[in-house]
Amino acid sequence: MKRDKTVEKKVKEIVKKYGAEKSSLIAILQDIQEAFNYLPKDALIVLNEALDVPLSRIYEVATFYNAFSLTPRGKYLIEVCAGTACHVTGAITLMDRLERELEVKCGETTKDAVFTLEQVRCLGCCSLAPVIRIGGNIHAYLTQDEIPKILRNYRQ
Amino acid sequence: MSKINTLDDLNQAGKRGLAALIPSRIKIMVGMATSGIASGAQEVYSALDEEIKKRKLDIILSRTGSMGMDCMEPLVDVLEPGKPRLAYSKMTVKKVPVLLDQIVNGTIGAIKPFYRMDEEEFIVLGKAKRYFDGPLPVYLGNVPTIKEIPFYTKQVKIATRNCGLIDPESIDEYIAKGGYFSLFKALTGMKPETIVEDVIASGLRGRGGGGFRTGIKWKSCREAEGKIKYVICNGDEGDPGAYMDRSVMEGDPHSVIEGMIIGAFAIGAHEGYIYVRNEYPLAVQNLGTAIANARACGLLGGNILGSGFDFDIRISKGAGAFVCGESTALMASLEGTAGEPRAKYIHTVEHGLWNRPSNLNNVETWANVPAILARGSQWFAGIGAKTSTGTKVFSVVGKINNIGLVEVPMGTPLRDIVYEIGGGIPGGKKFKAVQTGGPSGGCIPEKLIDLPVDFDELWKSGSMMGSGGMIIMDEKTCMVDIARYFIEFLESESCGKCVPCREGVRRMRDILEDICGGKGQEGDVELLEQMSKAIIDGSLCALGGSAPNPVLSTIRYFREEYEAHIRDRRCPAAVCKALIEYSIDPEKCTGCGVCLKKCPTKCITGEKKKPHTIDKTKCIKCGACYESCKFDAITVK
Repeated sequence: MKRDKTVEKKVKEIVKKYGAEKSSLIAILQDIQEAFNYLPKDALIVLNEALDVPLSRIYEVATFYNAFSLTPRGKYLIEVCAGTACHVTGAITLMDRLERELEVKCGETTKDAVFTLEQVRCLGCCSLAPVIRIGGNIHAYLTQDEIPKILRNYRQ
Repeated sequence: MSKINTLDDLNQAGKRGLAALIPSRIKIMVGMATSGIASGAQEVYSALDEEIKKRKLDIILSRTGSMGMDCMEPLVDVLEPGKPRLAYSKMTVKKVPVLLDQIVNGTIGAIKPFYRMDEEEFIVLGKAKRYFDGPLPVYLGNVPTIKEIPFYTKQVKIATRNCGLIDPESIDEYIAKGGYFSLFKALTGMKPETIVEDVIASGLRGRGGGGFRTGIKWKSCREAEGKIKYVICNGDEGDPGAYMDRSVMEGDPHSVIEGMIIGAFAIGAHEGYIYVRNEYPLAVQNLGTAIANARACGLLGGNILGSGFDFDIRISKGAGAFVCGESTALMASLEGTAGEPRAKYIHTVEHGLWNRPSNLNNVETWANVPAILARGSQWFAGIGAKTSTGTKVFSVVGKINNIGLVEVPMGTPLRDIVYEIGGGIPGGKKFKAVQTGGPSGGCIPEKLIDLPVDFDELWKSGSMMGSGGMIIMDEKTCMVDIARYFIEFLESESCGKCVPCREGVRRMRDILEDICGGKGQEGDVELLEQMSKAIIDGSLCALGGSAPNPVLSTIRYFREEYEAHIRDRRCPAAVCKALIEYSIDPEKCTGCGVCLKKCPTKCITGEKKKPHTIDKTKCIKCGACYESCKFDAITVK
């Protein structure tokens, strides 16, 4: 099977940055995800060789932590905060509306690959509840009414 | 950055810091913690920067962290020589030119200050410094002082002492507030054993969850066998609804670093780790800058302050796993593996990270250490309650008027926090409960509103301190739904290692979903209680062991709500979708047509200026109509 050369080059670069330290596995995976927006299969295979960590262990770590995705994500990641403050101030309504507007379920990516919709445990912005984060920007005190307009702005 | 090796160097840095903190020119500070930025502080900062340059004004513009009252962000502080410090709340880009006019003209015009501060507290040094000599300028007479704002009246700030006052990126400003003097005192004049004894005598208990005595933990780690030891800072603030650690890491990172160096010296460790949540990018950034600056000054690295003591810190970013807040799971994650906890009978103070003695405390605990060393253990022990000394930071959020972070002495009655500091419930609604302790905690009902909030009292009430989240709930919050919410949270965050937690919590979720979905059966509540006991007894780690708490405490105090769901198929708070219906009150409906436009399924019909109706077969119960009606004509039952 042919390997993606750009992935291989980038992964080797990242591994080098961490001195091929096995304990840096999570940090390395974070950097890979930042570079490709997800963890490509080839990246994990390269990592297995470069770090000398079994692929099964890499897979275990990659699937244990919520931050990692094994499938490509959209251009913007939408994180709906499901913290307690957001929950009591209507986070579920926001998630329902986003699912309807984007025509995807939580965890999926839109057909045009612009948005990936996910739930996040708590963004620590409880004073601004309910909040969602799109591509790193926090939208505070949100009502479901504002959602269509916000999505349009990101699409432009 | 010049090296700090001696007391004189420290004093010099402090002098530079004080000149930056309270300069002889006008200074404007923008609160730029995450909450400030999310409210528009970055835009306000840029607008100020542009306008100051355009007008060629001699004004220093600086960034700071959060003063806690997040509902008033963006907060802009103005400090002019010879005047008190003035805080302007809810600043916008539009207000910027007007504010600058007011500063230039020395007046108060359209933009009124939210409060003034006549002096700044230097809690570590045990003194306060007045911003101005002489009488208060007459035109500022009507501006309330910060202590006259009910949100701040009863607050005592130790852990968050510098947040919102210093530039988190300036080590000099931190030193000016008394920072690193405790470290100097520890390294040059104290024996490690004495430091440990001091921390024990202060009564400091871990602010991250269980409330274990910090000094005792240090002592065990110090006495544990092994040449290489570690100190770890737990910044994996996973409890939903709590964000005090984020605020400290963002607003005053050096307090954590100083605490850790002192701890490391006392324990005999030379390496430290700070484990920060993936969700806190600004905390990671500010901590990174602070560590780099401390290193450049020689306060981290080899031979700190010429004492011969070596210590350095690394930051490790989490990857989104609630269970990693548990100490053994966190250490597994630091080693680069899946964050699964292990049995508690092996103590981490003896066999922790890499199987070596490791001392782990959370962010707020570490931030308290320099203050305790500077002011003495008796000072700290004299604040708060008998068995819970000092202060605690709470995030007061949810259905409450004054949302934000508050730091109060332990033992402060819940009533004061909710009604005085928090300003009561919005919209004239009724207070129902407060949830504390995150997913391991519980709900405290209205009848316990006079409870003094400390570790032991909260425990007795069936809840716990946790990391200090306080989510206020009103009559519109369904307690069965809250129990379901937490159990669902724990089910998906369970690491899956032990059966009671992995399977038991999942079954509890099934039962709670049935109850909320209108399919509850007689005996379900008793079954939940029975399962809870098995999970508590059988789980491997504290997270599993405390997982049933939200269910048990809501059953204990709100059993009738469970019964209404099961027997009457009714949700008293009108939250559980399967049990509610939306309808329009024809008496109140004016036929304005707003709800008709907002309804995403077009199930509302009616002529203009005549009462509308909802087609219940098409209604998806999204609540858009309810939120949009200005006449309270939509009812939900």
